Amino acid sequence: MTDKDMLFDYLLRLGDNSLILGQRLAEWCGHAPMLEEDLALTNIGLDLLGQARMFLSYAGEVEGNGRDEDRLAYFRDTKDWRNLLLLEQPNGDFAMTMARQFFFDSFQYLQFEALSNSTDERLAGIAAKSLKETTYHRRHSTDWIIRLGDGTDESHERMQRAIEALWGYLPEMFDMDAVDEAMVVDGIGADVAALRPEWDEYVNGVLTEATLTRPEDSWSVRGSREGKHSEHLGYILAEMQFLPRAYPDAKW
Amino acid sequence: MVALATYNQIENILALVKDPEIPVLSIADLGIIRRIETGEDGHPIIAITPTYSGCPATEVIEADIASMLKLHGITDFEIRMEISPAWTTDWITAEGRRKLAEYGVAPPANKGKAALLGQEEIACPQCHSKRTELVSEFGSTACKAQYRCLDCLEPFDYFKCV
Ligand SMILES: [Zn+2]
Repeated sequence: MTDKDMLFDYLLRLGDNSLILGQRLAEWCGHAPMLEEDLALTNIGLDLLGQARMFLSYAGEVEGNGRDEDRLAYFRDTKDWRNLLLLEQPNGDFAMTMARQFFFDSFQYLQFEALSNSTDERLAGIAAKSLKETTYHRRHSTDWIIRLGDGTDESHERMQRAIEALWGYLPEMFDMDAVDEAMVVDGIGADVAALRPEWDEYVNGVLTEATLTRPEDSWSVRGSREGKHSEHLGYILAEMQFLPRAYPDAKW
Repeated sequence: MVALATYNQIENILALVKDPEIPVLSIADLGIIRRIETGEDGHPIIAITPTYSGCPATEVIEADIASMLKLHGITDFEIRMEISPAWTTDWITAEGRRKLAEYGVAPPANKGKAALLGQEEIACPQCHSKRTELVSEFGSTACKAQYRCLDCLEPFDYFKCV
């Protein structure tokens, strides 16, 4: 891989994370447990979509093959996607959606904080802008973890079940492969492995306040950095990509 | 440098462009016009910044600026989107804050990071009571949160700090 290929891949990871989670949140539109939450989930999804556009536009320019943000979003197949497996997992119940959001917000907050010091000015600018939004996202999901965890018997049980169901997807966030290592050496990327202690501290604090039990590290899955995904991604893409693939020249 | 006459002219024209979601505010009040400068071949460049990454108003604003300039006979110009430094509600002008309050939207508490962390005191735009409570951090648009006044009981939008 050349330096250019690595930067392209790195930007896809960042953009795909935001885009796939944003798409998942959009599925809640009109279905959330209450109106305020419907607005919140779709607003957060919109922030993520905006972030994805900035990352994917930049990725397309780095690649230099004339692919723009739309081309990258709508005309790549599953094996070319680089989003974390966690983010393509189904919404499930509200507890599941919030657990996924909380784990990722807590990660993305630290990742963007680190990337806002990137030697790549454009990347630093996107991260600094997005960090402000992620600060709100993390506060929102944190509030829900505490409210549901330290809520009724049923909400507590469902929240505990959700964090256990997702726990094995979390180690992948902190993996460092050759691309990550190269980006860190160049001062472009974030050392995500080094973010783990701070993430643990924050997450543990919230779980404790929520009276939830931190699950054992008994299982883990990974593969997104090589384009190996769960079966869910294909269905997301089928829905998201249908229109531009069926009508490639459609404009609105 | 853009010639002074043109600069003032463009500034006056831009003051006519309204925020599509809060039409009492001009885009100048919002603080999203970052610079007006001259390109290499002499045409003016207007640098603007988005409020939120996914704000759907951003593209509308771009189109509105273009059509307002054309309406005033300026056809050779460039609009540039700049995301860095990131927009902050601190850039909303005093005039903008006054207009927001009159419109019934509580203006952002001008306290930077403390506000971003939620340590702020929001006054009701109707009765000015400071006894208010947060209903949801996310409102009708990306930039607003929902509040409720505990004295006059009116719900209201708050333009949240970033
Ligand atoms: Zn009031």
